[in-house]
Amino acid sequence: MDTNNAIELKNICKRFGDVFANKNITLEVRKGEILSLLGENGSGKTTLMNMLSGIYFPDDGQIFIDGKEVSITSPKDAYELGIGMIHQHFKLIETFTAAENIILGLPGKEVIQMNAVVEKINELIKKYGFELDPTKKIYDMSVSEKQTVEIIKMLYRGANILILDEPTAVLTPQETDRLFDVLRNMRNDGKAIIIITHKLHEVLSLSDRVAVLRKGEYIGTVLTKEATELSLTEMMVGEKVSLNIGRKPPVNVHKKLSIKNLTCVDKAGVTTLKNVSFEANAGEILGIAGIAGSGQKELLEAVAGLQNIQEGSIVFHDDKGDIELVGKTSTEIRNIGVALSFVPEDRLGMGLVGNMDLADNVMLRSYMDGKGIAVNRKKPRQKTEKIVDELKVVTPSISTPIRRLSGGNVQKVLVGREISNAPAVLMTAYAVRGLDINTSYIIYNLINEQKEKGVAVIYVGEDLDVLLELADRILVLCGGSVSGIVDARTTTKEQIGLMMTKHSTEVM
Amino acid sequence: MNIILIILKKIFTVTFIQKAVTQGIPILYGATGEIMTERSGNLNLGIPGIMYMGGIGGLVGAFAYEQSVAVPNGWVGVICALVVSMLFALIGGLIYSFLTITLRVNQNVTGLALTTFGVGFGNFLGGSLSRIAGSAGQVSVYITGQTFRTKIPFLSTKLGVVSDIVFSYGFLTYFSIVLAIFLSWFLFKTRKGLNLRAVGEDPAAADAAGINVIRYKYVATCTGAVISGLGGLYFVMEYLGGTWQNNGFGDRGWLAIALVILALWKPARAIWGCILFGGLYILFAYVPFGDAMQEIFKMLPYVVTIVVLVISSVREKKDSQAPKSLGLSYFREDR
Repeated sequence: MDTNNAIELKNICKRFGDVFANKNITLEVRKGEILSLLGENGSGKTTLMNMLSGIYFPDDGQIFIDGKEVSITSPKDAYELGIGMIHQHFKLIETFTAAENIILGLPGKEVIQMNAVVEKINELIKKYGFELDPTKKIYDMSVSEKQTVEIIKMLYRGANILILDEPTAVLTPQETDRLFDVLRNMRNDGKAIIIITHKLHEVLSLSDRVAVLRKGEYIGTVLTKEATELSLTEMMVGEKVSLNIGRKPPVNVHKKLSIKNLTCVDKAGVTTLKNVSFEANAGEILGIAGIAGSGQKELLEAVAGLQNIQEGSIVFHDDKGDIELVGKTSTEIRNIGVALSFVPEDRLGMGLVGNMDLADNVMLRSYMDGKGIAVNRKKPRQKTEKIVDELKVVTPSISTPIRRLSGGNVQKVLVGREISNAPAVLMTAYAVRGLDINTSYIIYNLINEQKEKGVAVIYVGEDLDVLLELADRILVLCGGSVSGIVDARTTTKEQIGLMMTKHSTEVM
Repeated sequence: MNIILIILKKIFTVTFIQKAVTQGIPILYGATGEIMTERSGNLNLGIPGIMYMGGIGGLVGAFAYEQSVAVPNGWVGVICALVVSMLFALIGGLIYSFLTITLRVNQNVTGLALTTFGVGFGNFLGGSLSRIAGSAGQVSVYITGQTFRTKIPFLSTKLGVVSDIVFSYGFLTYFSIVLAIFLSWFLFKTRKGLNLRAVGEDPAAADAAGINVIRYKYVATCTGAVISGLGGLYFVMEYLGGTWQNNGFGDRGWLAIALVILALWKPARAIWGCILFGGLYILFAYVPFGDAMQEIFKMLPYVVTIVVLVISSVREKKDSQAPKSLGLSYFREDR
C-alpha cells in the first residue's frame, strides 16, 4: 500500500432497496491534496462519503486508511481514524455554544473545564485563520459561522482527513473565499481534503484533482489543471453537452401582469416592499436580481396572495379583461393561472411534504379538483409519471416518500409540479439552488419552453451569469424597492452588481 | 377581602406547608425521573404507571420480608422495599425503552399503554396482597412504613418551627432534593450530561459526534423510570405509612409530567415547583367553599402549567424549550 495515500477505497458497494447508490467504487485520496468529488444529483457522492464517516456501512468492498484496512461502523470509528465530515446539513446542537458542540462526545475529565476548552479552540482558530467566538450559541450564528464550528470540531478531534459536502452552497462569495483560504492552509499542513461541490469554477480554482461519479459508478480521476468546465461536465453526464441556454427572441409579447406602487409591511412592522411597479409580459422571462433578502420572496408571495399588501395594485390581463389580484385568496389567484414555485434553503421547508410520496405531493396542488369527497388519484399519478420521465427524476418509484430522494431530485419534483399545471404566469425562485449543472440546464430549458408557450415567467435567481443568459429583462431589487429594470441582452454583470447595492432611478 | 385573609391565614401555617411538601415529594421524584428521560428525547407518558409499579414493588418487598421473619427489622424492610421497588420500576422503564428505542414504536402510544398497564398492575397486586394479608382485609407493612417515616434525630425536635417545617420528614424527602440538585449539576456541568442533552436535542448530531445514542437513551430512560418509581414508593411508605389503596396515587403521575414543563426541564427548578404543586393540590381543604370546589382547585396545577407553557412559548427563549427531538425515535440510516 502506498502510504502517501490517506484514503483508498476498493470496490465499494452500497444499495438502498433495489437501487445501487454506489457500485464498485475505487478511489484514492493523497495526503496534502484537495480532491473534488463531482457528480450529478443522486450520483452517490454523499452516500460514498457517509460510508467514510460511519453513517452508512458499505455492503461490499474495502477501505484503507493510511495503508491499513479498516472497518468504519460508527462516526466514532471515523473520528478515531482521523476522518471528519462536514455535512450539508450541519450536525450541531442549536442550544449549545460553539465550544460545547466542539467537545461533544469526546472523552476527558468528567467535569467540564470550559475555560481550558475555549483556550484550546482559540489556538486552532489562530493557527488556521478562522473567525469565531467559541462561547456564542449556535442559534445566534450565521450559516458561515456554523460551518466554521463544524470544521473546528473536526480539527479539535485531530482530523487528518476532512470531507466537506457542498460547503459553499450557502455561503456568500466573500465567505467562500475565506473558507478556501482556510482549506488551502490545511492542505499545506498535510491534511487530505475531499470537497463535494456543484460549482465547477470552484472545483477548478481550489482542487488538485477531480474524481467523477455517475449514477453510483466511478468514472475516473483527472488533474484539475488538465480539466475544463466542459470536459468535467461531459464526464459527469456521460455524453456531449453544450452549456448554452438557448434563449430565443421573445415573440408575441403582450402585457400579462401589471404591478403598481406595491407596498408590503411584515408582521414586525418592517416595510419589505416599497412602491414597487413593473410589468411582466407573456412570452418573456423577467429576471429578478438582488442581494438575498431584498424583497424577492415578499414580491413573489405578494403576487401569489400570501402577503399582507398595504398599498398598490396587481392586475392580471386576460383575453376576457383585467382582474385585480389584490384582495383575492391564494387559491383564487392560483386558479386564475398564477403559479409560484419557491425553493427555500432547506428545499423541503416549503411546498413539499417529506413523508408523502411523489404522486401525493403533486396532488397537493389539485386535491380540490373534481366532484365528491374522494380525491382523484389517477390524474396526479399520470402527471407525476410525466414529471419523473421528462425531468429524469431518479427514484425507485412514484410511491416513494419524497424525503428519501436526493436533494436535486426533490427540487425537480417541486419545479416540475408548478410547470405541469400550465400556468399563465410562472414565478420561480431559486429553482436551481443546489442542483448540479446538467439538471440546472434541464430546468433552464423547461423555463424557456414555458416562455415560448406564451407564459409570463418571473425568475428569481442568485447567479447573475445565468440571469443575463436566461432572462429577457432583469428587474433589480435593492432594500425592497426597484433600483432599475434593464435589458438582459445589453447589460453587464457589473452594472447589475452596482444596482444591487445602490438605489438608482435609471430605468431604460 | 375577608375571605382572602382567611385563606392566607390558613395557608401560612406549619401544617399546610408540611402537607404541601408531603404532597410535592412524589411529584418531584416523578418529575426528576421524567426530566432525565425527556432529556434523552423520550417522552415517557408511562411515568404515572411506572410510579404505581414502584409503589407496589416497595410494598411487595416489605410485605414479603415482614411475613418471612418473626420480628422484622425496620431498616431491613426499607432495603427490601427499595430494591424491589426499583426493580419493578426498572422493568417498566425497560419495557418502554425496548419498545420505543429498539423497535421504534410511537412513544405516546407506548407510554399511555404502559400507564394503563402500571395502574392495573399496582391495583391487582395491591388487592392480592390484601387478600393474602387475611383478616385485616388491608395489607400493611407497619414496621417498614414507620422506618421510612423516621425523622432526623435532634434537628427534627430542637429547632422549634424550623424543625417542623424543614426537618420533620423521612429520608426519602431529603434524598429527592439532593438528587434533583445533583442531576441539575450532572446535566449542565459534566460531559455525560452534555452528551445526554445533545441526544435529546438532535440525536443525529450527537451520533455524528461519536455519542452512542442508543445507550444514552436506554440508560437515561431506565434511570428516569427508577427515580420516578421512588415517588410511588414514597407515597406508599411515607405518605400512607405502608399500606395500599386502589387508585390511591391518583393523578399525581400526570402532575409530575406537568411539573417537567413548569421546571423547564431543569431538575433543580422542580424542587420549588413540586411544593407549589403540592400546595395547590390540597388548597381546596383550606378554603371555606366546601368539598364541592375540590375538583376545580385540583385543576390549579395544570392551569399554572398552561400559563408557564404560554409564557415560555411567547418569550421564545431557545434555552428553555423542550428538547428538540422529544417524542421522535432515532434511526441512523433513516433519511
